[in-house]
Amino acid sequence: MNKLKLIIQREFLAKVRNRTFIVMTFLSPILMIGMIALVALLTKSSIEKTSTVAFVDDSGLFHGDDFGKDKSIVFEDLTEIGLEKAKIIVKESSHEGLLYIPSKQDLDEIAYNIQFFSEESPSMITISTLESLLDKKLENEKMKQLGIDLVKLEKSKVNIDIRMSNFSGIKSSKLINGIKIGIGMGAGYLIMMFIIIYGAMVMRSVIEEKTSRIIEVIISSVKPFQLMLGKIFGTALAGLTQFVVWGLLMALIFIGSSYFFGVDLNNSGVGMQQMGAEQMNQLAQNETQLLFDELMNLPLISTFVFFILYFLLGYLLYSSLYAAIGAAVDNETDTQQFMLPIMLPLMLGVYIGFATVINDPHGTIATVFSMIPFTSPIVMLMRIPFGVPWWQILISLTLLLLTFLGIVWIAAKVYRVGILMYGKKISYKELMKWVRY
Amino acid sequence: MAENIVKNFGSFKALNKVSLEVPKGSIFGLLGPNGAGKTTFIRIINQITMPDEGQVYFDGKPLAPNDVHFIGYLPEERGLYKRMKIGEQALYLAQLKGLSKQDAKMKLKFWFEKFEITPWWNKKVEELSKGMAQKLQFIITVLHEPKLLIFDEPFSGFDPINANLIKDEIINLKNQGASIIFSTHRMESVEELCEYIALIHKANKVLDGKLIDIKKQYKTNTFEVGLSTADKSALKMELKERFDVSPASFKSLDDDLKLNIRLAKDHTSSDLIKYLNSKSSITHYKEVIPSVNDIFIQTVNRNS
Repeated sequence: MNKLKLIIQREFLAKVRNRTFIVMTFLSPILMIGMIALVALLTKSSIEKTSTVAFVDDSGLFHGDDFGKDKSIVFEDLTEIGLEKAKIIVKESSHEGLLYIPSKQDLDEIAYNIQFFSEESPSMITISTLESLLDKKLENEKMKQLGIDLVKLEKSKVNIDIRMSNFSGIKSSKLINGIKIGIGMGAGYLIMMFIIIYGAMVMRSVIEEKTSRIIEVIISSVKPFQLMLGKIFGTALAGLTQFVVWGLLMALIFIGSSYFFGVDLNNSGVGMQQMGAEQMNQLAQNETQLLFDELMNLPLISTFVFFILYFLLGYLLYSSLYAAIGAAVDNETDTQQFMLPIMLPLMLGVYIGFATVINDPHGTIATVFSMIPFTSPIVMLMRIPFGVPWWQILISLTLLLLTFLGIVWIAAKVYRVGILMYGKKISYKELMKWVRY
Repeated sequence: MAENIVKNFGSFKALNKVSLEVPKGSIFGLLGPNGAGKTTFIRIINQITMPDEGQVYFDGKPLAPNDVHFIGYLPEERGLYKRMKIGEQALYLAQLKGLSKQDAKMKLKFWFEKFEITPWWNKKVEELSKGMAQKLQFIITVLHEPKLLIFDEPFSGFDPINANLIKDEIINLKNQGASIIFSTHRMESVEELCEYIALIHKANKVLDGKLIDIKKQYKTNTFEVGLSTADKSALKMELKERFDVSPASFKSLDDDLKLNIRLAKDHTSSDLIKYLNSKSSITHYKEVIPSVNDIFIQTVNRNS
């Protein structure tokens, strides 16, 4: 026991004192937030950029104010110059393009023959804005032709806003789902990254001991199993330390920057763009209250507990595999053949999470994969914010635990034999032999 | 003491019922061609591998996991954590061997000063020269004052001065009561240091015992002589008729007849001296004692 502590301590210090580790710990959050801010700023500026579109309206249907409503496009009326001259002018100028509405008898024919001329391909946004503008206008004209009263039409529109609640009457808001998804995704992704990064660290440490031959001396003092466990725990501690530091730094930077840049957290609402300003306010008031209540009600503590459990078991499971691989090879290049099989279940878990858990958290696929030990840490964690029956969690954890014990046993055997073996080409058959020693 | 150790790796038999006894406080040479099974045997004593059959006894009792604290091992393939500071590393390894931190620190300072590497305490292993790293590893092996020391090719990589230093230390340790197993291909060091030897060949023990006794066994009763005489060829012819004579080469300042004379069992050395004196004047007279090198080669060849 004492020796295990010694080993853990040494492994921890060795990782934490590494210059690269320290730099990455303090630099990463800054870099990440910097990148996000940069992207946000750039996106914002490109959205606010306006473009000029010239138009020639031979149909006589469109008036100046029809085109005045959109903020991102400025319209210039060149109808008087005529199409051909307009084409020449626009080609040389900085307009995004020329919109041509022909003169036809039938509204449908007009719609069909509208053209947009531009030197370079126009942006999708411009075209879709133009289309929706023209669409609306022509639709209105058609309705006039058909004799439909526009005022009555406007009054007939209904605004549906379904309110959700579960059977015990606890209401839920739309936005909470988004947050649940966010938390679940975040947790799942986090676990995957941690396992891959720190598992690989364990593996490299094992390989280093093999190549430097220090292993020969160490295993005359400690049992291979102690060494393996010590390495896994020591590395885990280093990783957790890094995470904690990241968390703190990110929180600080986030709070700090929202004062500096006045980042408007309310503007990033999903699906808010389609609604009118008034409706949005109404909705916002109702929803915000609901949202707040619901955030408080989220099973945050139990989620956290499960996060820790799955995280721990998942990491232990995978890092013992990584240790075994490190022991089986002679250098890092040989590890390539084993990297894919290990990453597959992890990536599978994340993909399944993104694909099915969003839509169908309690469906078959999601449930099954939250039970399978290799994907369960990720998939189950993504499901938990949506509420999972306790018996499912129990089964999933038990399976994970049993598999973990089994894998550690096998990995320990491979480790024990592998650390002294050099020069042999490693195949799965060979590994099986080692397990039987 | 090891009894009837059998170790197989799959279908390969590494050790076939090998039994050895290392007397306490002696220096024991473990010899053998490459791949004979020496390293496997050493690993079993260090509890790095377990035997398939047989038992190992340490100090009269069966070998227990705790005994690693009383055994020191210098492997043939040397290595340390390259990026760890040497003082810290030595402390870590000593603690793994059961020493307390303070104890280890004290002993470490003593050895560092003895080997003159104290100023390097906070340097990383990769900053040391090879010779220094070797010295460091030696210190790490002996730091916890083990009862049994196992050295696998201890002199490899040392220049003559450092090799001498190590040799003196080994003798010191023996004098302080440690039992030492010493595996090497350097036969001169075996000659100098070992009281007992054993030879392992193709998984079997083919030779075992006190070096002196073994040498007596292999003795061929041959004497290396240098004779000063007027007529060398005549003398040579004459001697050839009486004895089994073959040419000898040894360094001398005279231009004498150099011969190896092999006597039959019942002839003694004194008889030969008397005879030679009557025929010539003896300038060089030495009994040919089989070298460990010769013994090694003979034994291996005989058992192939």
